[in-house]
Amino acid sequence: MEKKLDVKTTNKCKPRSILSPDLSTVKISRRGFLKGNAALAGALLLWDALGEPAKGLAREINGWPDRYGMLTDLTRCFGCRICEKACNKANDLEPPATPFEDKSVFEEKRRVNAHTNETYTVVNRYADPKTGEPVYRKVQCNHCAEPACASACPVSALKKSPDGPVLYNENLCIGCRYCMTACPFYVPAFEYFDAGSPAIRKCSMCYTRRISKGEVPACASECPVEAITFGKRSELIKLAREKIVRNPDKYIDHIYGENEFGGTDWLYISGIAFEEMDFPSDTGTTPLPEFTREFLSAVPLVLVMWPALFGGVYLFSKNRSRTAEAGTENTKKEGNQS
Amino acid sequence: MSEYTKQIGAARKGVPEEATQELTMPQYLKKLATPFNIVAGIIVLVGLGLIVVRYTMGLGAVTSASQDQPWGLFLNIGLFSGVPLSASGFVLGTVVFIFGLKHYEPVVKNAVLLGFLGYLFAVIFLLIDLGRPWRLPYPMAVSFGTTSVLFLVAWHVALYLSCQFLEFVPSLFEWAGWKVLRRWTIKLTIGLTIFGIMLSTLHQSALGALFLLAPGKLHPLWYTPYLPVLFLNSAIAGGLCLVIFVTYLTRRFLKEQADAEYLASIDKITLGLGKGVSLVLITYFAVKIIALAHGNHWSLLNTTYGYWYLVEILGFVLLPGILFALGSRSKNVGLVQFTALLTIIGVVINRINVSLIALNWQLPEREFFDLREFLIVIGVITIEVLVYRWIVSHMPILRRHPDYENEHE
Repeated sequence: MEKKLDVKTTNKCKPRSILSPDLSTVKISRRGFLKGNAALAGALLLWDALGEPAKGLAREINGWPDRYGMLTDLTRCFGCRICEKACNKANDLEPPATPFEDKSVFEEKRRVNAHTNETYTVVNRYADPKTGEPVYRKVQCNHCAEPACASACPVSALKKSPDGPVLYNENLCIGCRYCMTACPFYVPAFEYFDAGSPAIRKCSMCYTRRISKGEVPACASECPVEAITFGKRSELIKLAREKIVRNPDKYIDHIYGENEFGGTDWLYISGIAFEEMDFPSDTGTTPLPEFTREFLSAVPLVLVMWPALFGGVYLFSKNRSRTAEAGTENTKKEGNQS
Repeated sequence: MSEYTKQIGAARKGVPEEATQELTMPQYLKKLATPFNIVAGIIVLVGLGLIVVRYTMGLGAVTSASQDQPWGLFLNIGLFSGVPLSASGFVLGTVVFIFGLKHYEPVVKNAVLLGFLGYLFAVIFLLIDLGRPWRLPYPMAVSFGTTSVLFLVAWHVALYLSCQFLEFVPSLFEWAGWKVLRRWTIKLTIGLTIFGIMLSTLHQSALGALFLLAPGKLHPLWYTPYLPVLFLNSAIAGGLCLVIFVTYLTRRFLKEQADAEYLASIDKITLGLGKGVSLVLITYFAVKIIALAHGNHWSLLNTTYGYWYLVEILGFVLLPGILFALGSRSKNVGLVQFTALLTIIGVVINRINVSLIALNWQLPEREFFDLREFLIVIGVITIEVLVYRWIVSHMPILRRHPDYENEHE
């Protein structure tokens, strides 16, 4: 009986999993077209790099099905803040102003804050609108499949790793903070009170400190109720869907992050609607970098066409004024003769 | 602003440049101590003091240091408002050198200077705002973020600043008396102007495109795929209006630095440009309405943000568009000059709306204004005004240099 249910589940997923490769092929061909344009322009202009459309960030991502992800089961979280403590320890962050055991922090909504640099993840408390019971949301970088922050960074200090995590390189960062403006989740934090080397602070999924050493990210490893699962994203989606199907009364039928903003590698399942916990709801499924891509692809066209267009206007107006001058001189001569 | 400028005029009136050099030091200092200079000096000192605090204690010591709203007044005013107003150089260059409308030539050098200073000070604001300003050249030399609109802005502002500098140097060389260099740079005019059009088209619109990345954060009344077009369009209006308004100020307060040709041309030029801006603003208004219809956001007009949006597009776009048309038709120079100021304010309001007020509109708590930040902004703008006054008082900007009286480019 259970096995049948499983089969049914996978069948149910199939339309979705078939749909996404389809979409990606469409994307590739369009991008290939744009890239062709850019290459043409590049042949004509030395600094075409300026306007070259995004180098198929998404295309590469779609080719990384084995990337890691995290799944947070918000129905399990009971607000112990051990993940915050584990994050602090794993990343060698500053000692906290109030101890991680202190529950009074739930009185306000917190975010990752580089002023104090205590942790790259925070847990906030909300109330279940039906029962009034407390529910908790863990906040950290969602490691988007096509991160707006990485596409925004003018020096590529933020990059999507093929393994999944969105990584920050402090050695390149100029401190423009466009990543903060770009991030739809208000995740990156900036060290405003550092004059010498202010940096962006955000979760790296413990990539260099743990994942690359074969360890599970600190928050997932320390969580006492296994609310956080680390694994391949594709596996996590299966796991999440299975949980939802098995417990339709416990979970709402929504995996947040599966398609939001084109997908994030940190996924969530919940017992109450995500907007009740301040998750952005009007997200759409288009990856945010798509919104600037069209503009960037128009850049080489302007660079190529404007000189001819305005050079032409210049020659036209010059020629016209010469003709006009010649005309007046002729009239003058005629006038003198008569 | 006009109060200060009034006092500039009072201070300079009837003091020929040569006289300065013959004054002894105490006399010179006494002459400098005009009410305007004293007020300006205090503003600059306060600003510089706060800038020192910023570089020693971090951005957080002089700004509201918001993690949610990272871009404050330095960028809202210094970059997002300063750059469109500095379109003056490229717009007037196009009108005179490309379209060949030679009767606008007397104001071109001033327009180019205003553009050059505007970009120079936009970069100065960037140096204050960037977390690590010494890495300003990184996007050009160290690491290329080719998917970023800001990468494009960085390159274009750098290139265009150089371009504007080359367009400005003939005046500098005339002042310095370097004739050969001047002749060479004059020859570059057409090339530089066209290069300037390319760069300006792209980076003015790119400043709008920066916000395309944040559809969920910018209020739907301001978020539209037309943002790049709207930013370029309003920059053209802003640049033209800056020329109209500063030309008015120079006639009023820096008259002794101008020659008769410049002064006599102002009325005709003002009316002509006014007619032009009228067309630009009406076009801009139309695109704004198309954007509204495209997003189908009519119902949002009846909200607080909607009322503020209507103030912006009716009071600072449609109204000046009509006033410019009326003013240039009835040859009312004063009305056109007033409307230019109205439009300049409108461009600044629009940029502040997009980059501050309508951005992150869904956040529960927000801070728009920080006094320390504001004092730095005012201090830097005052330095810009003083630098402008110094250049106009020394170099042949509002006049032809006697050596090149009869030269027509």
